Amino acid sequence: MNFRTIPVSAWLGIISASLFAFAALFAPLIAPYGMSEIVGDVWEPMSAEHLLGTDNLGRDLLSRMIFGARTTLAIAALATIVSFTLGAFLGMAAAVIGGWADQVLSRGVDLLMSIPTLIFALVVLSVMPANIATLILVMGILDATRVFRLSRAVAVDVNVMDFVEAAKLRGEGRIWIITREILPNALSTLVAELGLRFIFMVLFLSALSFLGLGIQPPEADWGGMVKENKDGIIFGIPAALIPAGAIAVLAISVNLIADWILNRTTDLKGGRGGN
Amino acid sequence: MATDPADEQLLDIRDLKIGVTVREPGKPPRDITIVEGVSCTLGKGKVLGLIGESGAGKSTIGLSSLAYGRGGVEITGGEVFVNGRDILKLSRADLNGFRGREVSYVSQSAAAGFNPAHRLIDQVIEATLEHGLLNRSEAEARAKELFEALSLPDPDTIGNRYPHQVSGGQLQRVMTAMALCPKPDLIVFDEPTTALDVTTQIDVLAAIKKAIRITGVAALYITHDLAVVAQIADEIMVLRDGETVEHGTTQQIIETPKEEYTQALVSVRSIIHEEKQPSQTPLIRMENIVAGYGRGPAVINDVTVDIYSGQTLAVVGESGSGKSTLARVLTGLLPPRSGQSTFEGRPLTNAQKDRPLDDLRDIQMIYQMADTAMNPRQTIGTIIGRPIQFYFGVTGKALQDRIAVMLEKIELPSDMANRYPAELSGGQKQRVCIARALAAEPKVIICDEVTSALDPLVADGILKLLLDLQKRENVAYMFITHDLATVKAIADSIAVMHLGKLARYGTKTEVLSPPFDDYTDLLLSSVPEMEIGWLEGVTASRKMQSAGN
Amino acid sequence: MGLALTLIAQRISLGILMLFAVSALIFVGTQILPGDVAESILGQSATPENLANLRKELGLNEPALTRYFNWLGGIMVGDLGTALTSGASISEAITSRLGNTLFLAAVAAMISVPIAILLGLFAVRYKDRWPDKLISASTLASISLPEFFIGYLLILVFGVKLGWFPTVATVYDGMSFGDRLNAVMLPALTLTLVVLAHMMRMTRAAILNVMQSAYIETAELKGLSSFKIIWKHALPNAISPVINVVMLNMAYLIVGVVVVEVIFVYPGMGQYLVDHVSKRDVPVVQACGLIFAAIYIGLNLVADIISVLSNPRLRHPK
Repeated sequence: MNFRTIPVSAWLGIISASLFAFAALFAPLIAPYGMSEIVGDVWEPMSAEHLLGTDNLGRDLLSRMIFGARTTLAIAALATIVSFTLGAFLGMAAAVIGGWADQVLSRGVDLLMSIPTLIFALVVLSVMPANIATLILVMGILDATRVFRLSRAVAVDVNVMDFVEAAKLRGEGRIWIITREILPNALSTLVAELGLRFIFMVLFLSALSFLGLGIQPPEADWGGMVKENKDGIIFGIPAALIPAGAIAVLAISVNLIADWILNRTTDLKGGRGGN
Repeated sequence: MATDPADEQLLDIRDLKIGVTVREPGKPPRDITIVEGVSCTLGKGKVLGLIGESGAGKSTIGLSSLAYGRGGVEITGGEVFVNGRDILKLSRADLNGFRGREVSYVSQSAAAGFNPAHRLIDQVIEATLEHGLLNRSEAEARAKELFEALSLPDPDTIGNRYPHQVSGGQLQRVMTAMALCPKPDLIVFDEPTTALDVTTQIDVLAAIKKAIRITGVAALYITHDLAVVAQIADEIMVLRDGETVEHGTTQQIIETPKEEYTQALVSVRSIIHEEKQPSQTPLIRMENIVAGYGRGPAVINDVTVDIYSGQTLAVVGESGSGKSTLARVLTGLLPPRSGQSTFEGRPLTNAQKDRPLDDLRDIQMIYQMADTAMNPRQTIGTIIGRPIQFYFGVTGKALQDRIAVMLEKIELPSDMANRYPAELSGGQKQRVCIARALAAEPKVIICDEVTSALDPLVADGILKLLLDLQKRENVAYMFITHDLATVKAIADSIAVMHLGKLARYGTKTEVLSPPFDDYTDLLLSSVPEMEIGWLEGVTASRKMQSAGN
Repeated sequence: MGLALTLIAQRISLGILMLFAVSALIFVGTQILPGDVAESILGQSATPENLANLRKELGLNEPALTRYFNWLGGIMVGDLGTALTSGASISEAITSRLGNTLFLAAVAAMISVPIAILLGLFAVRYKDRWPDKLISASTLASISLPEFFIGYLLILVFGVKLGWFPTVATVYDGMSFGDRLNAVMLPALTLTLVVLAHMMRMTRAAILNVMQSAYIETAELKGLSSFKIIWKHALPNAISPVINVVMLNMAYLIVGVVVVEVIFVYPGMGQYLVDHVSKRDVPVVQACGLIFAAIYIGLNLVADIISVLSNPRLRHPK
């Protein structure tokens, strides 16, 4: 890969996403204050001491943002892993095996997708114990339906190509066909989707926390921080917009990277210019 | 407008230059020249054939006589005079008044060219009404006359149908009527019969020729098939890579071509192949095969054919004849409903997944579209090397050597091994597919329309290579094709398929000698021959026959 | 016409089937917790006796299948049961809230649909030039912005700083239409911004797809004016995909309503649902979940039916 071919937009995305990841990984080292340490007055404005000001209880907002990055990113990442492993595996299997297995899986996914994800999550969360494992599983399983649809569609597309038929005629086994013929041709689509799913998880988790049904206080996470600080808005205090903005910036960054990966894919496939 | 002096040309293209800007994601846009200074003239009521392979720029030139560039194509230089004025300088409004009135267009795919939402008649008379040439009832009457002239069934009512309710060959004729309706001076025909089956093509061709004669319209006839254009054009211009190779009367181009390239085009498919006699026992016998998809009706019905070692069985038929299905049965991808295939005297397992590896190795396949037959993420070396590795367990240096030998056999340089399919030309790709099939050292290779997607000269090269390899490797071919010229060039025996049944089967001489059955006769007589007046001869003899019946 | 009607009948019955399946799914989804509703209501203070009493009162001793059919039977006659926490009838509570939610969604649709279609057309007109690029960049931003970011930003700017609209969307019975409109303006704008870019982008794709068809070229080569090409040739074929886009985005909008209602403290279905999820009031959650799912399925069904109706191949079979 040539670094010079990476467009500016993708660079912006990569740099900013790395910054977030760095903050999440080394949170205790770089946060100026403790996560729930009360260090000042309620909603202090930005100052040299508190770069982003303080929150509704007088905690340092920057420190909470950094710790919040850790919680938000970690849970979103875990949920993405659940969703992707489940969805991609079942999707590819459905496409390659076909027949009734495909029918059962696909109709099941249709059914799950006929209820809006957020609504379904709310229904399930109303009866499940409120803990992080539940959150990850609920988010992961509901989102796996999207991954299932995509990986199945991509695999079906590749599976009907003549080169896959040629491999089958040669007598290649299912493992070779999935790993050598289908996967290389589906990979960039799936990697780009991985980014988009992760972003969706961040937004999903934040929405749940904002509604008070996700991460429970005093643990810091961005959605929950919006909820904590939302009452300040009416008094013109923008503290709630800072975690909300962070979510937006992270989402845009990852989207930029995913966009670039998708474009690169069409680039490789193309090469038909000129007649 | 001034009255036209007798010597004034209808169409006068001068030093036309056309380019396109290619925008690929992730790369800076680059300009490509498609047409490099082409000039020609066309008199009233004359037909000029534009001929060339794909990428020759013939369609682009055709559309330039409507001052139109398709998909970002731009006319960068030169002049195009129609009826004495330079249409490249017309304003948008004048251009709208000009298009569809002085010049109209018939595209390759009428199925895509008609709006699915409107009835045919409304689309046929649309330009006539738009330009205020006739009122609605006059226009409809004219359309019906044209339908009749183009030998369309039910000329009075066919216009009330929607595009999807009419067959491909009929739709192509309706589109011709649509082009003729506003009484234009010139029609651009862009490969109007290319997408049609050969027996349909001849009807459409005859209809177009008749309509041109009746209406006295001039035409630019664009095609890649010299035999087709020879039937219809007064003059022919041969194009290659956006430049004129040769321009002359049809007679001169066909009978005494001057340029080497034109000579090659004229003499294409002149491969002489000595027919081999069938040996005692066939390599493969497919006996009483009945097969179909899912719960649908049988696509092939009671078909029995033999393939002999080192010989070619050509399976020929039009779309829907079941010829590709027969190939799928042989590969085992579609187990037959009844019937049995034998291989070297023993029964061949019906389902591919149950066949022993040696049987799989012995039956290889080459596809029509080399593009999709190769994994775009594998190098040519991997593609050719995998069968060697898979069947013979060869690895490392020995494998590299074997790949180099294979590349040599298909006449490609050995450094190709490290390239990816996207970097190869169409002909090179098909050669790689041949090498992949050959690498398994099979006894038979199924060739499914392997030359149909290629330009004639490239296709010729592939056929020669296949024949040459057959001689050296003693491999048998089951050659699926719709193209009788190809069949004549390479077959030892021929199976003619029609509606899922064998219409005729035997050695090449037997099948191609009279007396013929009706279908084979129709098929054989429909293949355009590179001979002026062939079309008239065929249509006249068909009329006589039907009159005699 | 027969073929199209058969297909539509098929789609509708499939939709009804789907609705039943969804009701079962929602019911099962609320039965998977260890323990039951009675335990979660009483919590720590539960004694075996009052647990048993409550279970009896709630009908929890019946087998699950019986309870499901009782629930379903109730829904058929418009009885959604009673809320555990307040003991009030859910149907009554929902009626006015559903009205409020639909009003908000309708206002958002009134604003976003025309703008999205116009801007989509605009993007097609200036394809690959800066207006188009701007639109595609804004799509990226819009799918990345959480609803609460847009919502609180609007509150801060238009509610607090400029004071144009109320910061809390209070509506009550007997409010005049104008006042009501004013109250929901900020939440409606938030919803608009959430769906606008996406809808615009999909409209652009749908129209572009039609404009690149060969029959548009045929029309151009007939010398038709741009207006006639769009009116007679593009529109009849673009209408169905565009309506499809709108319907899909309406479905999306209905879901977006949940978060937006919480932001603006708007007395709609979404807030009602969220409130009762935290209170673990299962009957309310079931009822709201089913209604949201029904609306979602219904909108998708309408999109399906329109695409069948507008397909000439189905309207005029061979």
